[in-house]
Amino acid sequence: MSETKKFLYVNRKAPYGTIYALESLEVVLIGAAFEQDVALAFIDDGVYQLTQGQDTTGIGVKNFSPTYKALGDFDVNKIYIEKESLEARGLTLDDLMPLKYEDEDDDWAEKDSIHVVSSEELSEIMDQSDVVLSF
Amino acid sequence: MALDVGGKSIETDEEGYLVNRDDWTDDVAKAIAVAEGLDMSENHWEVVNFLREYYEEYQIAPAVRVLTKAIGKKLGKDKGNSKYLYELFPYGPAKQACKIAGLPKPTGCV
Repeated sequence: MSETKKFLYVNRKAPYGTIYALESLEVVLIGAAFEQDVALAFIDDGVYQLTQGQDTTGIGVKNFSPTYKALGDFDVNKIYIEKESLEARGLTLDDLMPLKYEDEDDDWAEKDSIHVVSSEELSEIMDQSDVVLSF
Repeated sequence: MALDVGGKSIETDEEGYLVNRDDWTDDVAKAIAVAEGLDMSENHWEVVNFLREYYEEYQIAPAVRVLTKAIGKKLGKDKGNSKYLYELFPYGPAKQACKIAGLPKPTGCV
């Protein structure tokens, strides 16, 4: 079995209008299926990817936001949101989908996957990752 | 490719997955299962229905590992293992059961 690497997927773009957000999500799910250590970061307009109540009927594309809620099932439970990006857009944690996972090592207790971190903390997280992929 | 179900032609792709998810009915599922050489038992339906509910909620089909865990939680530990699921769906629970459930091929499945 090959060594597990720490992957960090950095999402910077709004969910619709470009293919980046959806492509990133698909790659994340594939990576997780191969049991890699996966973390996600959302910065700049990327924070909009996790907002609640997305409605795509007017633009004729699939609303894939419910899929983020499946990340916990895929053992993807390190989701970092940059505090500065949220604040710059007038958003708070309450505007985002509550993403949870069940901790196998803690009697399946439901825990939050989302962590709001400062820009400085995020750069530390990037530094500690083996692979950083930017979308 | 197309599948004949009760005199109605249902369009499928070259691997047998439904082209239009809305075409799915119990009879379509049975016809796909026949084409796969499977006889749908109650245990098969349990998994197929689970996949449809999962897709409805999350807009994706779960990977095998996720499916196994979730089935174990919902239907009991004796069913939440790959041996049980592979016995039901010898060509892969995610792949074959998704096909019968009328869902797209699971992400990450080649």
